[in-house]
Amino acid sequence: MITKRIIPCLDVKDGRVVKGVNFEGLSDVSSPVGLGRYYSDNGADELVFYDITASAEGRALFTDILRQVAETVFIPLTVGGGINSIEDFDRVLKCGADKVSVNSGAIRNPDLVGEAARKYGDQCVVLSADVKRVDGEFRVFAKGGRVDTGMEAISWIKRCVANGAGEVVVNSIDTDGVKRGFDLEMLAAVLEAVNVPVIASGGAGGIRDFVELFQKLPTIDAGLAASIFHFGEVTIPELKRELSLHNILVRQTL
Amino acid sequence: MIAVVDYGVGNLFSLRSSLRCIGAESCVSADPAVLRAADRLILPGVGAFGDAADKLRQSGLDRVVLGEAAAGKPVLGICLGMQLLFEKSFEYGEHAGLGLLHGRVVGMEGRIPAELKIPHIGWNALHICRPSPLLRDVREGECVYFVHSFYAEDCEDSLIATAEYGRELTAVVRRENVMGCQFHPEKSGDVGLRILRAFCEETL
Repeated sequence: MITKRIIPCLDVKDGRVVKGVNFEGLSDVSSPVGLGRYYSDNGADELVFYDITASAEGRALFTDILRQVAETVFIPLTVGGGINSIEDFDRVLKCGADKVSVNSGAIRNPDLVGEAARKYGDQCVVLSADVKRVDGEFRVFAKGGRVDTGMEAISWIKRCVANGAGEVVVNSIDTDGVKRGFDLEMLAAVLEAVNVPVIASGGAGGIRDFVELFQKLPTIDAGLAASIFHFGEVTIPELKRELSLHNILVRQTL
Repeated sequence: MIAVVDYGVGNLFSLRSSLRCIGAESCVSADPAVLRAADRLILPGVGAFGDAADKLRQSGLDRVVLGEAAAGKPVLGICLGMQLLFEKSFEYGEHAGLGLLHGRVVGMEGRIPAELKIPHIGWNALHICRPSPLLRDVREGECVYFVHSFYAEDCEDSLIATAEYGRELTAVVRRENVMGCQFHPEKSGDVGLRILRAFCEETL
């Protein structure tokens, strides 16, 4: 049976991983190539790279780094950040990305998801949604979670999936950074609404949060986190060991 | 030299990188002379079966692959490239494949329990049904990365390994020098590299 995926997320700015880390055996902790390789060697099932650079030079540097990552890391790579057009899809896919994640770009241009899915296939298009509770409903936020779009999140996600998004990353702004667990209520609402893989993001503070996620939401496909991996608070081998002990199926690397 | 058959589908960056990583010399080519001169062929593929089969035929490379396979050259189909090795597919209509392997390609829809998501995407364990040099370095239960909505069936004579997803899905096939993986070895970490290495080193 298919295994649950554990996905570290790396924010890259001007060619460097933003969140600081310190691992034994890894000399340059902010090198996207080194850190990507490290996670891959330690059993990450997939890697997400977010380009948070604003400048054109930074963007060129990002694609250059992506190419270097894809030359040495042989697990699925998802790339997001600054994806606003088919040209952006093309740019990162040519450098070795397997999936492309769209967020604000899809909000600005709702046709982007459909166009990309027709050109590259549904499996290639990931909708990333930053969601927050406002006035008793789930709302989609844009621009890194800073701007309320006023759109109801579940119907937005359904619409994007109908247009061809093959996977959805749900990032709960309400639980992000709080480290007290994933937003199970929000994730359950998304799982109820769509039949494509759903990746939980925002709120992981420790191993127990992943155990709870997969136990309480058996149809969730993956858990994504950044800082707890980057700061070494949770290592992927120990996380997978613990998930296995709870009879949650994960890929074991030997 | 391994030649990756370039008939205009898919992104070959990762495949080439993975071959480079295991030290295999490779090229991507649509030139029949280059494909004929290569020691081994890899037939890649993503997207829809009908489109890919058309492109392969329009390029004339179908005849090159068939000729080289008949001459005994090792051929490895990956993902849709594996599906193309079969007789036919029922993905959006009925399309003829290369017919190098017995069997047909059908959709998962209606053939796996409704609660399972389609496509079958993610890491799944291999169940090895028959020993093969291609899987010489792979242990029972090791995981590889799948992304597909259609699968090959009625191919017992070439079946080497399966993956369980509501039913046993064809994962690895082989008949003599013609081989295929439904999953992406170039995205399956160390296990995938071991499979590619076995393909590159195999002597028939």
